[in-house]
Amino acid sequence: QDMPDFTLNGYDTTEEANTFEEISSYNNFYEFGTDKGDPARYAEALTTDPWSVEIDGLVERPGSYDLADILAKVDIDERIYRFRCVEAWSMVIPWNGFELNQLLSLAGVQPSAKYVRFETLFRPEEMRGQRLPLLDWPYVEGLRLDEAMHPLTIMATGVYGKDLPNQNGAPLRLVVPWKYGFKSIKSVVKVTLTDEQPINTWKATNFREYGFYSNVNPEVSHPRWSQASERRIGGGIFASRIATLKFNGYESLVGDLYAGMDLSENY
Amino acid sequence: MITDRINGALRAIPAWPLYIIALIAPAWIFYAGVTGQLGVEPIKAMEHRIGELGLQVLIATLAITPLRRFAKINAIKFRRALGLIGFFYIALHLLVWLLLDVRILSQIVGDILKRPYITIGMAGFLLLVPLAITSNNWSIRKLGPRWRSLHKLFYAAIVLGGVHFLWQAKGFQIEPVAYLGVILALLAVRLIPRKKPAAKIRVRPNRESV
Repeated sequence: QDMPDFTLNGYDTTEEANTFEEISSYNNFYEFGTDKGDPARYAEALTTDPWSVEIDGLVERPGSYDLADILAKVDIDERIYRFRCVEAWSMVIPWNGFELNQLLSLAGVQPSAKYVRFETLFRPEEMRGQRLPLLDWPYVEGLRLDEAMHPLTIMATGVYGKDLPNQNGAPLRLVVPWKYGFKSIKSVVKVTLTDEQPINTWKATNFREYGFYSNVNPEVSHPRWSQASERRIGGGIFASRIATLKFNGYESLVGDLYAGMDLSENY
Repeated sequence: MITDRINGALRAIPAWPLYIIALIAPAWIFYAGVTGQLGVEPIKAMEHRIGELGLQVLIATLAITPLRRFAKINAIKFRRALGLIGFFYIALHLLVWLLLDVRILSQIVGDILKRPYITIGMAGFLLLVPLAITSNNWSIRKLGPRWRSLHKLFYAAIVLGGVHFLWQAKGFQIEPVAYLGVILALLAVRLIPRKKPAAKIRVRPNRESV
Protein backbone atom coordinates (compact mmCIF):
# COMPACT_ATOMS: atom_id res chain seq x y z
CA GLN A 1 0.00 0.00 0.00
CA ASP A 2 1.53 3.30 -1.07
CA MET A 3 1.16 6.28 1.22
CA PRO A 4 1.08 9.41 -0.92
CA ASP A 5 1.43 12.80 0.74
CA PHE A 6 1.54 11.29 4.15
CA THR A 7 4.43 10.94 6.52
CA LEU A 8 4.25 10.48 10.23
CA ASN A 9 6.40 12.55 12.52
CA GLY A 10 5.72 10.75 15.77
CA TYR A 11 1.93 10.78 15.61
CA ASP A 12 1.56 14.01 13.66
CA THR A 13 0.97 14.32 9.96
CA THR A 14 3.15 16.84 8.16
CA GLU A 15 0.34 17.73 5.78
CA GLU A 16 -0.95 21.27 5.76
CA ALA A 17 -3.62 21.73 8.41
CA ASN A 18 -7.05 23.12 7.64
CA THR A 19 -7.79 26.62 8.87
CA PHE A 20 -9.62 27.28 12.13
CA GLU A 21 -12.44 28.71 10.03
CA GLU A 22 -12.75 25.51 8.01
CA ILE A 23 -12.58 23.28 11.06
CA SER A 24 -15.21 25.28 12.93
CA SER A 25 -17.69 25.96 10.10
CA TYR A 26 -18.22 22.56 8.46
CA ASN A 27 -19.45 20.09 11.03
CA ASN A 28 -21.62 17.09 11.52
CA PHE A 29 -23.18 17.42 14.96
CA TYR A 30 -26.80 16.38 14.52
CA GLU A 31 -27.54 17.53 18.07
CA PHE A 32 -27.70 20.99 16.47
CA GLY A 33 -29.21 20.06 13.09
CA THR A 34 -28.31 18.10 9.98
CA ASP A 35 -26.96 20.93 7.82
CA LYS A 36 -23.17 21.26 7.91
CA GLY A 37 -23.60 24.89 8.97
CA ASP A 38 -26.16 24.18 11.72
CA PRO A 39 -23.62 23.37 14.46
CA ALA A 40 -21.74 26.65 13.91
CA ARG A 41 -25.08 28.46 13.76
CA TYR A 42 -26.68 27.03 16.87
CA ALA A 43 -24.06 25.49 19.16
CA GLU A 44 -23.48 28.77 20.96
CA ALA A 45 -26.55 27.90 23.05
CA LEU A 46 -24.63 25.07 24.71
CA THR A 47 -23.37 25.66 28.26
CA THR A 48 -20.01 23.92 28.67
CA ASP A 49 -19.08 25.21 32.10
CA PRO A 50 -19.54 23.59 34.58
CA TRP A 51 -18.89 20.20 32.99
CA SER A 52 -18.33 16.83 34.51
CA VAL A 53 -17.88 13.33 33.20
CA GLU A 54 -19.55 10.36 34.83
CA ILE A 55 -17.22 7.37 34.75
CA ASP A 56 -18.83 4.10 35.74
CA GLY A 57 -19.08 0.40 35.03
CA LEU A 58 -16.03 -1.81 35.45
CA VAL A 59 -13.77 0.78 37.08
CA GLU A 60 -12.05 0.99 40.48
CA ARG A 61 -13.15 4.55 41.22
CA PRO A 62 -16.55 5.24 39.65
CA GLY A 63 -18.04 8.68 40.05
CA SER A 64 -18.56 12.11 38.62
CA TYR A 65 -15.29 13.70 37.55
CA ASP A 66 -15.22 17.45 37.26
CA LEU A 67 -13.59 18.51 33.99
CA ALA A 68 -11.32 21.02 35.75
CA ASP A 69 -10.05 18.25 38.06
CA ILE A 70 -9.44 15.95 35.09
CA LEU A 71 -7.51 18.64 33.21
CA ALA A 72 -5.30 19.25 36.25
CA LYS A 73 -4.17 15.62 36.18
CA VAL A 74 -3.52 14.93 32.50
CA ASP A 75 -0.90 16.05 29.98
CA ILE A 76 -2.33 18.27 27.25
CA ASP A 77 -0.51 17.80 23.99
CA GLU A 78 -0.87 18.98 20.39
CA ARG A 79 -1.74 16.32 17.82
CA ILE A 80 -2.01 17.11 14.11
CA TYR A 81 -4.32 14.39 12.87
CA ARG A 82 -6.01 13.49 9.64
CA PHE A 83 -9.78 13.38 10.00
CA ARG A 84 -11.87 11.37 7.53
CA CYS A 85 -15.65 11.57 7.57
CA VAL A 86 -17.73 8.59 6.44
CA GLU A 87 -19.28 11.00 3.90
CA ALA A 88 -15.95 11.01 2.02
CA TRP A 89 -14.57 14.40 3.00
CA SER A 90 -11.52 14.99 5.12
CA MET A 91 -9.52 17.58 7.02
CA VAL A 92 -6.21 17.90 8.85
CA ILE A 93 -6.81 19.18 12.36
CA PRO A 94 -4.34 20.36 15.00
CA TRP A 95 -6.07 19.13 18.12
CA ASN A 96 -5.11 19.86 21.69
CA GLY A 97 -5.94 17.10 24.07
CA PHE A 98 -4.74 14.20 26.20
CA GLU A 99 -4.58 10.48 25.67
CA LEU A 100 -7.77 8.70 26.63
CA ASN A 101 -5.71 6.12 28.52
CA GLN A 102 -4.87 8.87 31.05
CA LEU A 103 -8.54 9.45 31.78
CA LEU A 104 -9.15 5.73 32.09
CA SER A 105 -6.22 5.43 34.52
CA LEU A 106 -7.78 8.12 36.72
CA ALA A 107 -10.80 5.88 37.18
CA GLY A 108 -8.83 2.62 37.20
CA VAL A 109 -9.90 0.02 34.65
CA GLN A 110 -10.90 -3.36 36.11
CA PRO A 111 -9.33 -6.41 34.43
CA SER A 112 -12.72 -7.70 33.27
CA ALA A 113 -13.42 -4.58 31.17
CA LYS A 114 -13.29 -5.16 27.40
CA TYR A 115 -15.00 -2.11 25.90
CA VAL A 116 -15.53 1.57 26.56
CA ARG A 117 -18.92 3.16 25.97
CA PHE A 118 -19.28 6.93 25.55
CA GLU A 119 -22.34 9.12 25.72
CA THR A 120 -22.97 12.70 24.53
CA LEU A 121 -24.84 15.23 26.63
CA PHE A 122 -28.62 15.12 26.23
CA ARG A 123 -29.96 18.64 26.74
CA PRO A 124 -32.64 19.43 24.13
CA GLU A 125 -33.28 22.90 25.55
CA GLU A 126 -29.76 23.85 24.42
CA MET A 127 -29.26 21.30 21.65
CA ARG A 128 -32.09 22.03 19.26
CA GLY A 129 -31.49 19.01 17.00
CA GLN A 130 -32.32 16.76 19.94
CA ARG A 131 -35.92 18.01 19.83
CA LEU A 132 -36.30 16.08 16.57
CA PRO A 133 -36.11 12.30 16.23
CA LEU A 134 -33.13 12.48 13.85
CA LEU A 135 -31.32 9.84 15.86
CA ASP A 136 -32.05 7.88 19.01
CA TRP A 137 -30.68 10.38 21.55
CA PRO A 138 -28.38 10.53 23.40
CA TYR A 139 -25.60 9.76 20.93
CA VAL A 140 -23.57 6.71 21.91
CA GLU A 141 -20.20 5.48 20.70
CA GLY A 142 -17.83 2.74 21.74
CA LEU A 143 -14.31 1.40 21.40
CA ARG A 144 -12.65 -1.87 22.18
CA LEU A 145 -10.41 -1.42 25.24
CA ASP A 146 -7.17 -1.83 23.25
CA GLU A 147 -8.35 0.85 20.80
CA ALA A 148 -9.22 3.11 23.71
CA MET A 149 -5.80 2.59 25.35
CA HIS A 150 -3.89 3.25 22.12
CA PRO A 151 -1.76 6.41 22.35
CA LEU A 152 -3.27 7.77 19.13
CA THR A 153 -6.70 7.91 20.79
CA ILE A 154 -7.19 11.24 22.50
CA MET A 155 -9.80 13.30 24.29
CA ALA A 156 -9.61 16.68 22.59
CA THR A 157 -10.16 19.92 24.47
CA GLY A 158 -9.06 22.41 21.82
CA VAL A 159 -7.92 23.20 18.29
CA TYR A 160 -5.12 25.56 17.33
CA GLY A 161 -4.42 26.12 21.03
CA LYS A 162 -7.88 27.60 21.56
CA ASP A 163 -10.75 26.09 23.50
CA LEU A 164 -12.71 23.64 21.41
CA PRO A 165 -15.53 25.50 19.62
CA ASN A 166 -18.92 24.22 20.76
CA GLN A 167 -19.71 23.00 17.24
CA ASN A 168 -16.64 20.75 17.40
CA GLY A 169 -17.84 19.02 20.56
CA ALA A 170 -16.82 21.27 23.44
CA PRO A 171 -15.62 20.97 26.04
CA LEU A 172 -14.40 17.40 25.65
CA ARG A 173 -14.60 15.00 22.71
CA LEU A 174 -13.06 11.78 21.56
CA VAL A 175 -10.71 11.72 18.56
CA VAL A 176 -9.84 8.38 16.94
CA PRO A 177 -8.00 9.36 13.76
CA TRP A 178 -8.00 5.97 12.01
CA LYS A 179 -11.78 5.62 12.21
CA TYR A 180 -14.57 7.49 10.43
CA GLY A 181 -15.39 10.76 12.11
CA PHE A 182 -18.69 9.66 13.63
CA LYS A 183 -16.75 7.43 16.04
CA SER A 184 -15.15 10.55 17.52
CA ILE A 185 -18.08 11.34 19.79
CA LYS A 186 -18.55 14.95 20.89
CA SER A 187 -19.43 16.70 24.17
CA VAL A 188 -18.89 13.56 26.23
CA VAL A 189 -20.61 13.34 29.62
CA LYS A 190 -20.45 9.64 30.34
CA VAL A 191 -17.79 6.96 30.00
CA THR A 192 -18.68 3.38 30.91
CA LEU A 193 -16.28 0.45 31.06
CA THR A 194 -18.08 -2.74 30.12
CA ASP A 195 -17.51 -6.33 29.05
CA GLU A 196 -20.08 -6.14 26.25
CA GLN A 197 -19.68 -4.45 22.89
CA PRO A 198 -21.63 -1.17 23.10
CA ILE A 199 -24.27 -0.47 20.44
CA ASN A 200 -23.21 2.78 18.82
CA THR A 201 -25.89 5.17 17.57
CA TRP A 202 -25.20 4.95 13.84
CA LYS A 203 -25.01 1.18 13.96
CA ALA A 204 -28.34 1.12 15.79
CA THR A 205 -29.78 3.47 13.13
CA ASN A 206 -28.57 1.44 10.17
CA PHE A 207 -26.42 -1.62 10.86
CA ARG A 208 -25.96 -2.35 7.14
CA GLU A 209 -24.23 0.97 6.62
CA TYR A 210 -22.44 1.60 9.90
CA GLY A 211 -20.61 -0.94 11.98
CA PHE A 212 -18.94 -0.93 15.37
CA TYR A 213 -15.37 -0.74 14.11
CA SER A 214 -15.80 1.81 11.32
CA ASN A 215 -12.12 1.85 10.48
CA VAL A 216 -11.32 4.02 7.47
CA ASN A 217 -10.93 1.56 4.62
CA PRO A 218 -10.93 2.37 0.89
CA GLU A 219 -11.48 -1.31 0.08
CA VAL A 220 -14.77 -1.57 1.95
CA SER A 221 -17.51 0.55 0.39
CA HIS A 222 -20.30 2.18 2.26
CA PRO A 223 -23.44 0.59 0.75
CA ARG A 224 -24.44 3.94 -0.73
CA TRP A 225 -21.10 5.30 -1.88
CA SER A 226 -17.51 4.37 -2.52
CA GLN A 227 -14.91 5.03 0.16
CA ALA A 228 -11.99 4.84 -2.28
CA SER A 229 -11.40 8.59 -2.43
CA GLU A 230 -12.14 11.69 -0.42
CA ARG A 231 -12.28 15.43 -0.88
CA ARG A 232 -10.01 17.49 1.32
CA ILE A 233 -11.97 20.44 2.64
CA GLY A 234 -10.57 23.82 1.61
CA GLY A 235 -9.48 22.94 -1.92
CA GLY A 236 -12.17 25.09 -3.52
CA ILE A 237 -14.23 24.01 -6.48
CA PHE A 238 -11.44 22.89 -8.79
CA ALA A 239 -9.49 20.60 -6.46
CA SER A 240 -9.52 16.88 -7.22
CA ARG A 241 -10.29 14.12 -4.81
CA ILE A 242 -7.41 12.37 -3.07
CA ALA A 243 -7.00 8.66 -2.45
CA THR A 244 -8.30 7.37 0.86
CA LEU A 245 -5.73 5.44 2.87
CA LYS A 246 -6.36 2.30 4.85
CA PHE A 247 -6.80 3.15 8.53
CA ASN A 248 -6.68 6.74 7.28
CA GLY A 249 -2.90 6.43 6.89
CA TYR A 250 -2.26 5.09 10.42
CA GLU A 251 -1.93 1.45 9.37
CA SER A 252 1.65 1.14 10.65
CA LEU A 253 0.49 2.29 14.08
CA VAL A 254 -2.82 0.47 14.47
CA GLY A 255 -2.90 -2.29 11.84
CA ASP A 256 -1.90 -5.03 14.29
CA LEU A 257 -4.92 -4.27 16.52
CA TYR A 258 -6.94 -6.00 13.79
CA ALA A 259 -4.58 -8.83 12.86
CA GLY A 260 -6.55 -11.83 11.62
CA MET A 261 -9.86 -9.95 11.49
CA ASP A 262 -11.93 -9.84 8.34
CA LEU A 263 -12.33 -6.09 7.90
CA SER A 264 -15.18 -6.37 5.42
CA GLU A 265 -17.12 -8.42 7.98
CA ASN A 266 -16.10 -6.16 10.87
CA TYR A 267 -16.80 -2.89 9.08
CA MET B 1 -63.30 36.46 -7.84
CA ILE B 2 -59.70 36.20 -6.77
CA THR B 3 -59.04 33.31 -9.18
CA ASP B 4 -60.26 35.46 -12.08
CA ARG B 5 -57.83 38.15 -11.10
CA ILE B 6 -54.97 35.65 -10.82
CA ASN B 7 -55.87 34.12 -14.17
CA GLY B 8 -56.07 37.56 -15.71
CA ALA B 9 -52.60 38.40 -14.41
CA LEU B 10 -51.20 35.05 -15.59
CA ARG B 11 -52.64 35.68 -19.07
CA ALA B 12 -50.85 39.01 -19.20
CA ILE B 13 -47.43 37.54 -18.35
CA PRO B 14 -45.54 35.86 -21.19
CA ALA B 15 -43.70 32.57 -20.51
CA TRP B 16 -40.46 33.32 -22.36
CA PRO B 17 -38.86 35.53 -19.67
CA LEU B 18 -38.81 32.49 -17.38
CA TYR B 19 -36.00 31.00 -19.48
CA ILE B 20 -33.86 34.07 -18.83
CA ILE B 21 -34.76 34.39 -15.15
CA ALA B 22 -33.90 30.69 -14.74
CA LEU B 23 -30.26 31.41 -15.55
CA ILE B 24 -29.85 33.63 -12.51
CA ALA B 25 -29.94 30.87 -9.89
CA PRO B 26 -27.22 28.62 -11.36
CA ALA B 27 -25.08 31.64 -12.26
CA TRP B 28 -25.32 32.88 -8.69
CA ILE B 29 -24.65 29.43 -7.22
CA PHE B 30 -21.54 29.05 -9.39
CA TYR B 31 -20.34 32.55 -8.57
CA ALA B 32 -20.96 32.00 -4.85
CA GLY B 33 -19.09 28.69 -4.99
CA VAL B 34 -16.04 30.21 -6.65
CA THR B 35 -15.94 33.20 -4.32
CA GLY B 36 -16.24 31.16 -1.15
CA GLN B 37 -19.75 32.20 -0.20
CA LEU B 38 -20.98 28.63 -0.07
CA GLY B 39 -18.72 27.67 2.81
CA VAL B 40 -15.64 25.50 2.91
CA GLU B 41 -17.06 22.63 0.84
CA PRO B 42 -18.51 24.50 -2.18
CA ILE B 43 -18.79 21.53 -4.54
CA LYS B 44 -21.23 19.65 -2.31
CA ALA B 45 -23.12 22.87 -1.63
CA MET B 46 -23.45 23.60 -5.36
CA GLU B 47 -24.43 20.02 -6.10
CA HIS B 48 -27.11 19.98 -3.41
CA ARG B 49 -28.53 23.44 -4.10
CA ILE B 50 -28.94 23.01 -7.81
CA GLY B 51 -30.37 19.52 -7.36
CA GLU B 52 -32.89 20.66 -4.79
CA LEU B 53 -33.81 23.64 -6.94
CA GLY B 54 -34.37 21.31 -9.90
CA LEU B 55 -36.66 19.12 -7.84
CA GLN B 56 -38.60 22.18 -6.65
CA VAL B 57 -39.16 23.40 -10.20
CA LEU B 58 -40.23 19.93 -11.33
CA ILE B 59 -42.69 19.75 -8.43
CA ALA B 60 -44.08 23.12 -9.54
CA THR B 61 -44.45 21.65 -13.04
CA LEU B 62 -46.36 18.72 -11.58
CA ALA B 63 -48.63 21.11 -9.67
CA ILE B 64 -49.88 22.96 -12.78
CA THR B 65 -52.61 20.51 -13.74
CA PRO B 66 -54.09 19.99 -10.24
CA LEU B 67 -53.91 23.75 -9.75
CA ARG B 68 -56.16 24.29 -12.74
CA ARG B 69 -58.50 21.49 -11.85
CA PHE B 70 -58.96 22.08 -8.13
CA ALA B 71 -58.13 25.77 -7.67
CA LYS B 72 -59.24 26.93 -11.13
CA ILE B 73 -55.92 28.69 -11.63
CA ASN B 74 -54.70 28.31 -15.18
CA ALA B 75 -50.91 28.38 -15.48
CA ILE B 76 -50.71 25.81 -18.26
CA LYS B 77 -48.77 28.13 -20.53
CA PHE B 78 -45.84 28.11 -18.07
CA ARG B 79 -45.70 24.33 -17.81
CA ARG B 80 -43.30 23.73 -20.69
CA ALA B 81 -40.91 26.41 -19.48
CA LEU B 82 -40.97 25.03 -15.92
CA GLY B 83 -40.39 21.47 -17.11
CA LEU B 84 -37.45 22.51 -19.27
CA ILE B 85 -35.94 24.67 -16.56
CA GLY B 86 -36.28 21.84 -14.04
CA PHE B 87 -34.56 19.51 -16.49
CA PHE B 88 -31.81 22.09 -17.04
CA TYR B 89 -31.16 22.34 -13.29
CA ILE B 90 -31.09 18.56 -12.89
CA ALA B 91 -28.64 18.35 -15.82
CA LEU B 92 -26.41 20.92 -14.08
CA HIS B 93 -26.68 18.93 -10.83
CA LEU B 94 -25.44 15.89 -12.74
CA LEU B 95 -22.63 17.90 -14.36
CA VAL B 96 -21.42 19.21 -10.99
CA TRP B 97 -21.35 15.65 -9.72
CA LEU B 98 -19.51 14.36 -12.81
CA LEU B 99 -17.06 17.18 -13.48
CA LEU B 100 -16.42 18.78 -10.10
CA ASP B 101 -17.26 16.18 -7.48
CA VAL B 102 -16.22 12.67 -8.54
CA ARG B 103 -14.24 13.16 -11.80
CA ILE B 104 -12.85 9.62 -11.68
CA LEU B 105 -14.53 7.72 -14.52
CA SER B 106 -14.27 4.26 -12.97
CA GLN B 107 -15.80 5.58 -9.76
CA ILE B 108 -18.60 7.37 -11.65
CA VAL B 109 -19.54 4.17 -13.48
CA GLY B 110 -19.26 2.16 -10.26
CA ASP B 111 -21.45 4.62 -8.37
CA ILE B 112 -24.15 4.64 -11.07
CA LEU B 113 -24.26 0.85 -11.24
CA LYS B 114 -23.80 -0.04 -7.58
CA ARG B 115 -25.23 2.77 -5.47
CA PRO B 116 -29.02 2.46 -5.58
CA TYR B 117 -29.72 6.12 -4.83
CA ILE B 118 -27.39 7.20 -7.63
CA THR B 119 -28.84 4.56 -9.97
CA ILE B 120 -32.30 5.88 -9.23
CA GLY B 121 -31.30 9.50 -9.71
CA MET B 122 -29.62 8.65 -12.99
CA ALA B 123 -32.69 6.72 -14.18
CA GLY B 124 -34.90 9.69 -13.32
CA PHE B 125 -32.65 11.99 -15.32
CA LEU B 126 -32.60 9.66 -18.33
CA LEU B 127 -36.41 9.51 -18.31
CA LEU B 128 -36.47 13.30 -18.51
CA VAL B 129 -34.24 13.43 -21.60
CA PRO B 130 -36.86 12.38 -24.21
CA LEU B 131 -39.39 14.65 -22.53
CA ALA B 132 -37.08 17.64 -22.79
CA ILE B 133 -36.29 16.82 -26.43
CA THR B 134 -40.00 16.66 -27.31
CA SER B 135 -41.06 19.75 -25.39
CA ASN B 136 -41.75 21.81 -28.52
CA ASN B 137 -44.72 22.42 -30.82
CA TRP B 138 -43.23 20.49 -33.72
CA SER B 139 -42.90 17.29 -31.61
CA ILE B 140 -46.43 17.66 -30.27
CA ARG B 141 -47.77 17.82 -33.83
CA LYS B 142 -45.53 15.07 -35.07
CA LEU B 143 -46.23 12.63 -32.22
CA GLY B 144 -49.95 13.33 -31.94
CA PRO B 145 -51.62 11.29 -29.18
CA ARG B 146 -48.36 9.47 -28.49
CA TRP B 147 -46.94 12.71 -27.10
CA ARG B 148 -49.31 12.56 -24.13
CA SER B 149 -48.43 8.94 -23.40
CA LEU B 150 -44.71 9.71 -23.67
CA HIS B 151 -44.98 12.63 -21.28
CA LYS B 152 -46.60 10.41 -18.63
CA LEU B 153 -42.98 9.31 -18.03
CA PHE B 154 -42.67 12.52 -16.07
CA TYR B 155 -44.64 10.92 -13.23
CA ALA B 156 -42.09 8.11 -12.94
CA ALA B 157 -39.15 10.51 -13.29
CA ILE B 158 -40.25 12.80 -10.49
CA VAL B 159 -40.94 9.92 -8.12
CA LEU B 160 -37.41 8.65 -8.81
CA GLY B 161 -36.13 12.15 -8.11
CA GLY B 162 -37.96 12.28 -4.79
CA VAL B 163 -36.68 8.84 -3.78
CA HIS B 164 -33.14 9.84 -4.81
CA PHE B 165 -33.33 12.86 -2.52
CA LEU B 166 -34.72 10.81 0.37
CA TRP B 167 -32.25 7.97 -0.04
CA GLN B 168 -29.13 10.12 0.09
CA ALA B 169 -30.07 11.55 3.49
CA LYS B 170 -28.49 10.18 6.64
CA GLY B 171 -30.75 9.39 9.58
CA PHE B 172 -34.37 10.52 9.63
CA GLN B 173 -34.64 13.93 7.95
CA ILE B 174 -37.94 15.73 7.48
CA GLU B 175 -37.22 17.70 4.31
CA PRO B 176 -36.82 14.85 1.79
CA VAL B 177 -39.80 13.05 3.34
CA ALA B 178 -41.89 16.19 2.82
CA TYR B 179 -40.76 16.50 -0.82
CA LEU B 180 -41.67 12.93 -1.61
CA GLY B 181 -44.97 13.38 0.23
CA VAL B 182 -45.86 16.41 -1.91
CA ILE B 183 -44.92 14.54 -5.10
CA LEU B 184 -47.06 11.55 -4.19
CA ALA B 185 -49.96 13.81 -3.20
CA LEU B 186 -49.79 15.67 -6.53
CA LEU B 187 -49.88 12.33 -8.32
CA ALA B 188 -52.65 10.92 -6.14
CA VAL B 189 -55.05 13.80 -6.85
CA ARG B 190 -54.81 12.91 -10.54
CA LEU B 191 -56.58 9.65 -9.72
CA ILE B 192 -59.73 11.47 -8.60
CA PRO B 193 -62.24 10.78 -11.41
CA ARG B 194 -63.51 13.74 -13.45
CA LYS B 195 -67.19 14.44 -14.02
CA LYS B 196 -67.12 15.32 -17.69
CA PRO B 197 -69.65 13.71 -20.11
CA ALA B 198 -71.99 16.72 -20.35
CA ALA B 199 -69.23 19.13 -21.30
CA LYS B 200 -67.71 16.78 -23.85
CA ILE B 201 -70.87 16.51 -25.97
CA ARG B 202 -71.16 20.24 -26.27
CA VAL B 203 -67.48 20.75 -27.19
CA ARG B 204 -67.29 18.24 -30.06
CA PRO B 205 -69.52 19.83 -32.74
CA ASN B 206 -68.09 23.19 -31.81
CA ARG B 207 -64.54 22.06 -32.60
CA GLU B 208 -65.55 20.59 -35.95
CA SER B 209 -67.23 23.78 -37.01
CA VAL B 210 -64.01 25.79 -36.54
